[in-house]
Amino acid sequence: MSEPLALSVRGLSKSFGALPVTRGVDLQLVPGARVGLIGPNGAGKTTLLNLLSGVIQPDAGEIQLGGVSVERWGPERRVRRGLARTHQINTLLGETSAQDNVAIAIAERERIAWRTFSYRRRWQACQEEARARLDEIGIGSIAQRPVRELAYGEQRLLEIAIALALRPRVLLLDEPAAGVPSGEVSVIHEALARLPSKMAILLIEHDMDLVFRFATEIVVLVQGSVLSRGSPEQTRADPRVRSAYLGRSHT
Amino acid sequence: MKALARGALPWLLALGVYVFADDQLALGTNALVMILLTLSVDLVLGRAGIITLGQAAFFGLGAYAAGIFALHVTDDPLLGMLVATLASGAFGALSGALILHTEGVALLMLTLAVSGLLAELANHASDWTGGSDGLQGMTIAPIFGSFRFDLFKHTAYLYALAVLFLWYLVVQSVIASPFGRSLDGIRQSPPRMRAIGTPVWWRRVAVYALSAAMAGSAGALSAQTTRFVGLTTLSVLVSGTAVVMLVLGGARQRYGAFVGATVYVVVQDYAAQLNPFHWMLLVGGLLMFTVLFLEEGLTSLPQALRRWARALYRGPAGTTAAGATGTGGATGTGGATGTGGSA
Repeated sequence: MSEPLALSVRGLSKSFGALPVTRGVDLQLVPGARVGLIGPNGAGKTTLLNLLSGVIQPDAGEIQLGGVSVERWGPERRVRRGLARTHQINTLLGETSAQDNVAIAIAERERIAWRTFSYRRRWQACQEEARARLDEIGIGSIAQRPVRELAYGEQRLLEIAIALALRPRVLLLDEPAAGVPSGEVSVIHEALARLPSKMAILLIEHDMDLVFRFATEIVVLVQGSVLSRGSPEQTRADPRVRSAYLGRSHT
Repeated sequence: MKALARGALPWLLALGVYVFADDQLALGTNALVMILLTLSVDLVLGRAGIITLGQAAFFGLGAYAAGIFALHVTDDPLLGMLVATLASGAFGALSGALILHTEGVALLMLTLAVSGLLAELANHASDWTGGSDGLQGMTIAPIFGSFRFDLFKHTAYLYALAVLFLWYLVVQSVIASPFGRSLDGIRQSPPRMRAIGTPVWWRRVAVYALSAAMAGSAGALSAQTTRFVGLTTLSVLVSGTAVVMLVLGGARQRYGAFVGATVYVVVQDYAAQLNPFHWMLLVGGLLMFTVLFLEEGLTSLPQALRRWARALYRGPAGTTAAGATGTGGATGTGGATGTGGSA
């Protein structure tokens, strides 16, 4: 392949004490990929995501972002290299307005977050872009409200808006619909459908409808290793997947 | 216009003290020094959320640096101020780089340890610091060669006010800037900031150094205006007092440090005259009242009083009307006033 992979993972392993939680995982995302990662509870999905984003360090294996090895880097350096993620547990700045949450991220992207003077014009631009991004994802009306006053679904959309504001080449989505009232899940669907087509996206999600609708490739993780990978149809038809995961949750 | 007037009020008050209460300038100068120290704690603790009980390290270092500089190099106050500020800032950057990998209680212990080490060092290096006798005998030349430090502290007071004003402008500009906003984010959620690419450790070291420089200026002011530096400038008590002042006035409030430090210094002075042994009781009572009833410190007292008055005025009879218009929080604190009033 002439085009470098957006994200390439080889032999990634991690143990917590004697308990192996990630065992030799291989994963490739080309630019524009839409990969869904599923697996039963405790399969190590969130650990894998934490390894990819740099929150924890792997024991072995390689992670490449656009051809550069990043497995020893901290999370902030990987972000600046084009990797963004959303969080399952809320880490948003609760006292800060939704718009400022996004604007602060844009300021980091634009490398002006160090400035203590001559920032006014560029900070204004950050604010305007932040507002536009909130409008785009459909929560412009709550831009000035502090985040802790927002509905849960709005907070999840804000998470996505912040990650997108970083203009990543690779986006990791950690259960964007988890905990969202079923009436609002369609809003998340729409937001995901509108994600930039060149962005490589790895979606971790419990909501099977969401994964099968969104992803063109599905990776099934069981007990820390990859059980199968293939198109949604192949995955649905795979008896191993059925017994490990789908069978249990779909009966 | 109203905001401008409110912003200028503390400074007009400070000048008013100079004009109308010039027998209190020694106390006033002390208050200004403590305001500056508290403001430095607000930046690091209030804004960036770095839990510290070690601000005395930088206060004391600045004081000793200014004193030793005056004794051994030159007695020019502005040069001394500059040297002390830079020395404290540099030491803040260095010690911060070492300890700011940690958070919470571990960090608290490390800030204590750093100031403890420095205090012990100052105690042993008595050739330089005067040890437990303190650093004495320094002379401070007139500012710009013409404004002598007089016995009645006229010059000292205005000098301290000017230094405080400069630092206040720096702080205001920092907290409004993207850098300041990222500090706000770091206080609220370091994982979030890492996830958007913020080099959290570097930012924390930077603000820690800035705050240390500020505390160093406060120390230098203390040394130059009293011409004495004691070992107590490095003591944990100074760090703790500054935190108490901040909580009293209100963290992250524009004039929280001003109100907190002034009230503390004045109450301490008057209460100590009334009863030199138990003055802490009054300060302690005030602190408890503030923490229990005023979420944003004494700076929020006017709003709180208005709220309480409204709740009392409507009273229990007006529950339907008050319940409809007033917020839940207002009625809750209204109940608190009742107990406060009867005590």
